[in-house]
Amino acid sequence: MAKTVVLERKPLSLSERTYLPQIVTGLKTTFSNMFKPKVTLQYPEEKPVIPNNYRGVPTLVKDPNGREKCVSCQLCEFVCPPKAIRITPGSVPDDQEDREHVEKAPQEFEINMLRCIYCGYCQEVCPEEAIFLQDQYSSSGYSREEMVNNKQKLYELGGTLPDHHYKWDKKKEAEELGNAH
Amino acid sequence: MISPTKEELITINLNGLEVEVPNGMNAVEAAALHGHEVPHYCYHPKLSVAGNCRMCLVEMGTPMRDRATGEPILEEDGSPKIGWVPKPVIGCATNVSSGMHLRTESDLVSECREGIMEFLLVNHPLDCPICDQAGECRLQEFATDYGRGYSRYVERKNVKPKRTRLGPRVTLDDERCILCSRCIRFSQEVAKDDVLGFVDRGSFSTLTCFPGKELSNNYSLNTVDICPVGALTSTDFRFKMRVWFLKESKSICVESSAGCNTTVSSREGVIQRITPCRNDLVNDTWMTDSGREIYKTVRSEDRILRPSVKGEDQPLNETISSAVNILQENKIGLVASCHSTLEEQILTKKLADLTKAEIFLRGHFGEDDGILLSADRSPNLRGALVTGLIQEYPEDNLLALNDAITKGDVEVLLVMNEDLIKSGISEENLAKVKVVYIGTHSNSSSQNADIVLPGLSVFEKGGSFINRSFLLQSFELCIPGPVGLKSQAEVLSAIIAQLSNEECISTNLDSIWELVNSGQIDLLSSITYADLKVAPVQLDGSRWSQLNFVEKEALNYRPLAS
Repeated sequence: MAKTVVLERKPLSLSERTYLPQIVTGLKTTFSNMFKPKVTLQYPEEKPVIPNNYRGVPTLVKDPNGREKCVSCQLCEFVCPPKAIRITPGSVPDDQEDREHVEKAPQEFEINMLRCIYCGYCQEVCPEEAIFLQDQYSSSGYSREEMVNNKQKLYELGGTLPDHHYKWDKKKEAEELGNAH
Repeated sequence: MISPTKEELITINLNGLEVEVPNGMNAVEAAALHGHEVPHYCYHPKLSVAGNCRMCLVEMGTPMRDRATGEPILEEDGSPKIGWVPKPVIGCATNVSSGMHLRTESDLVSECREGIMEFLLVNHPLDCPICDQAGECRLQEFATDYGRGYSRYVERKNVKPKRTRLGPRVTLDDERCILCSRCIRFSQEVAKDDVLGFVDRGSFSTLTCFPGKELSNNYSLNTVDICPVGALTSTDFRFKMRVWFLKESKSICVESSAGCNTTVSSREGVIQRITPCRNDLVNDTWMTDSGREIYKTVRSEDRILRPSVKGEDQPLNETISSAVNILQENKIGLVASCHSTLEEQILTKKLADLTKAEIFLRGHFGEDDGILLSADRSPNLRGALVTGLIQEYPEDNLLALNDAITKGDVEVLLVMNEDLIKSGISEENLAKVKVVYIGTHSNSSSQNADIVLPGLSVFEKGGSFINRSFLLQSFELCIPGPVGLKSQAEVLSAIIAQLSNEECISTNLDSIWELVNSGQIDLLSSITYADLKVAPVQLDGSRWSQLNFVEKEALNYRPLAS
């Protein structure tokens, strides 16, 4: 059996016995930080600045004319890995003037935020640039139902984004400019 | 419709290999037979050849012969010299002959395909995200397989009407049409209702109905199926679901004794559409519009979803026990159904033998359209003959049963799916008897029944039917049934088991067929369900040739000579 060797503790020096140098070193760090710029945020009163291309809550956007861009092609529903998206397609009546040339639009569009993994595939696959993961990062609710974003909520969250295509306007223009038969 | 004239095989040279194909077959089919796809739009195996899409261009050549002597001209190495036609020919209108040389994969051919694809796509809208055809679109498929891959077109595309109503069930998107004329030929040749045609010229060409006519015949939705692009769309299915979500199951149309093979497309247990499935013995590639509507009955409001005793909901097992109590009495009448599957009819017959019940059966007859809607509006009347439920051809009523009740010969009725009041039973007589009803939908029988046992619809179970040509065909389960319900076969076998104090017959279809094979029905004795699932079986119906079948001569059907 190994024998326990008891080591003699070195006696403390005078400066060590007064603790003063250690206190001074600590206070130096404290005082230096008092004058440096703050690095913490007072969340939730203060919100962080979200960088561009941040993948937040998926939302539906409208074009600057206020028309919905989604045509319910269901590609996002198909590509969504956790199957969080559920779309009920529907057709747009012929006689709606502000939606001329739009044939198809979602009747209902639901994204289950309890399932969403914020991967951004839906944004990537969307042929109409209608779904975007924007700067929303916190979503909370008291029930499961509240955590399912329906079409109305998705458009509220999404708002309007600048559009480079104006697809429906182009269709209207083509018809008026003489290629119509 | 170019079909091989004789069954004799000839040798042709396909892409440098000697292969055997039936004489007179066209180059598209001959190449497909040996695994070479020749893309095509206007050619359809069941329609006449129009040759207007030019997509199936192939190179064709024949061995050269000396004009003066008729001697074959040989190359230097002694092989016959091939005279290649200087320009490509269309495969759909080129019938093979002995010694013919075909190239379907040469540089010239793929250049031709690229060119044709480019022209077809010039005025085609980029509609794929909202086009119902996307996912099963020949234009999409061939554009990726044989197209150039990019567009050189900078001019403005044509604009045409996007939702033209061609008929009550068909909507046309003019921009997408590639003018293949399949729908026109179908209307003329199969539906015999010539209402479609092209008007205007060049890029202005448009498909339209003749003035004052519309595409309203009972076969109009077949034009949607054969449309290679998304121009003709079904108004019912339009914008309902993308096709890549659909699970496809093979089924059989229950509308009439024609027994059309169908593909039932469903998503998450909800049927979205029914389309025909090719079977050259039965329906070619067609089916009726009315047959496609049948899926709507699965979720209709009058569907019976709970077993009940005297109008009160009861658990299924207790309901079956109460039914057994009633069926232990004497003077039982059994109303069998020609809508039941063959397996259910076999069990019905077994139950009838067990209870010494008298069997009644009603036929359902209507107009014969000479194509795929036969006069017998039930899928399995031949099954009732084969299983021995009936010996005589049934009437379109149950007056015999009415008389039997009046005389007091029948006091308890077990009804399979039949509406008694509409079949000629008087209300007074119906009140006299105790009724056990097994069926899917509510009708006068279920409303007056003491015991109601719900069953599953044809889409929610497997089984088999015998069609008008005595062709035994099986169908598979497409969607799960409503919660807690069992198939008619399971309900019947539970009743049989309790009545005979034996163990329940396994309701696995294979074991029902083992029961069949054990000998009672000689026509079916050598058939197993496993075989039947692979291919339909032709039965010999000659012993019933003296019966007066109501069906008239129709597509792929000739009445038995009497």
